[in-house]
Amino acid sequence: MLNRTTGIFLIFILLLTTSSAFALSGSSEEAAGQVDTPDEINDYIRHHLQDSHYFTLWTNGKTGHHIGFPLPVILIDEGLHFFMASKFHHGETVAESKGKYYKLYHGKVYETNSEGEITLDDHNHPTNAKPLDISITKGVVGMLLAGLLLLLGFGSLAKNYKSSALPKGIGRVLEPLVIYVRDEIARPNIGAGKYEKYMPYLLTVFFYIWILNLLGLTPLGFNVTGNIAITACLAIFTFIIVQFSGNKEYWKHIFWMPGVPVLMKIVLMPIEILGMFTKPFALMLRLFANMTAGHFVVMSLIALMVTMKSQFGAIGSSSMAFALAFFITIIELLVAFLQAYIFTMLSALFIGMATEEHDH
Amino acid sequence: MEQLINDFSPGLFAMQTFILIVLIFLLSKVAWKPIMGALKAREGSIKDALEAAENAKEEMARLQADNQKLLQEARMEREQLLKEATAIANRIKEEAKTDASKQAEKIISDAKKAIDVEKNAALAEVTTKVAELSLEIAEKVIRKNLSDDKASKDLVSTFVKDIKLN
Repeated sequence: MLNRTTGIFLIFILLLTTSSAFALSGSSEEAAGQVDTPDEINDYIRHHLQDSHYFTLWTNGKTGHHIGFPLPVILIDEGLHFFMASKFHHGETVAESKGKYYKLYHGKVYETNSEGEITLDDHNHPTNAKPLDISITKGVVGMLLAGLLLLLGFGSLAKNYKSSALPKGIGRVLEPLVIYVRDEIARPNIGAGKYEKYMPYLLTVFFYIWILNLLGLTPLGFNVTGNIAITACLAIFTFIIVQFSGNKEYWKHIFWMPGVPVLMKIVLMPIEILGMFTKPFALMLRLFANMTAGHFVVMSLIALMVTMKSQFGAIGSSSMAFALAFFITIIELLVAFLQAYIFTMLSALFIGMATEEHDH
Repeated sequence: MEQLINDFSPGLFAMQTFILIVLIFLLSKVAWKPIMGALKAREGSIKDALEAAENAKEEMARLQADNQKLLQEARMEREQLLKEATAIANRIKEEAKTDASKQAEKIISDAKKAIDVEKNAALAEVTTKVAELSLEIAEKVIRKNLSDDKASKDLVSTFVKDIKLN
């Protein structure tokens, strides 16, 4: 049984690495030219790390033809604009909607004139107005997919309990995880009796981040939790929940620390107020940095087969890239869980600190 | 940092906020609440079952102890009864023995008394007989004396001899 599980696990990892490699090598020749030099590879990876209006699987380098499909674009700019991203033609043409003109520039939508002019400032950043872009981007597709998986998986587990007290099928895997979050994350940090109120948030966040992290490891090329907007949103949720569950003691410790001289109280106040914000800020940055770095490292290692081709030959560089990427992907699987765990754990810890009953 | 701020997409942020709120709400309704409820109920039932088993075990032990105590009591009672019965039997035996000896003594003394009475009566009768005989002899002697002097002298001496011999 163990051997079989290990076997399936190894095949899974193999699939991940090989297909990511395939995705990269397949699209390593962009329409603009070959992706051979380190700079081009860097650009390619950076491009991957950003959100996109296309669900591109790979690109045919010779013809510049993208294999994939465009995603719907939704803009709020004096009214609602809705059209498919194919209208942008990968940033080559101007998309017109309800008398307004939009252009895709480095993955972002800018409002332009009918000519599609983009004016750049000193830092090469466009000065054009940006409409609020609530498109169904690749990241949003990832989020929806994760949400759907969560609803299906845990919905079936919940339904399962109606007929029997013991879980069946996928529930056998999910139930210990739910119990783990409850007994190892929520209860010890928040305290018995109070933790139940926060379970829906903690469970949702834990599995949501974990699934999105795992989706990022698939060759579909999602990078949702490596996007600062996503982690910022998650961190702000934790921040708001912590502030709203904070009891009298919590606010007293921030604004008028008990048990220290008055002078210290005054000194400590700004530090504590700063601490209120650094905690979620660290949450946001930790998840973002870990996932971004993971994607960067895996893709860079896969790219070794292109950069090292001249030194080691096609087979040498490929096998080296494969071995290294294989190794890092295993670690990334661990990191995917670990980051979900840390985010949930720290959220629970902060909630626990805010609701703690002090007895002096 | 500048790159980060530039990359920050308010639209994606808005979408994420929306999706996350909906997801928390939906999952909490569809999954988390029933799951947590079911887990709690199951853990409660397991705890109850364990407690019930523990209680049954205690009850069992208590019953066993009770049985042991009852048995002990019964044994002690039996011993007590036996002891008492033996004591009573002994007493009865003892009493019987004393009664019997008393009876025997009484019978013996009665017999002795009867024998004495009989003996006295017999003696009295013998004395009377002797007196009668003496009288008869004396009569006969007297009658002979009257007829033969010599012969009466011999006879008297014989009688005297006899008496002396007696």
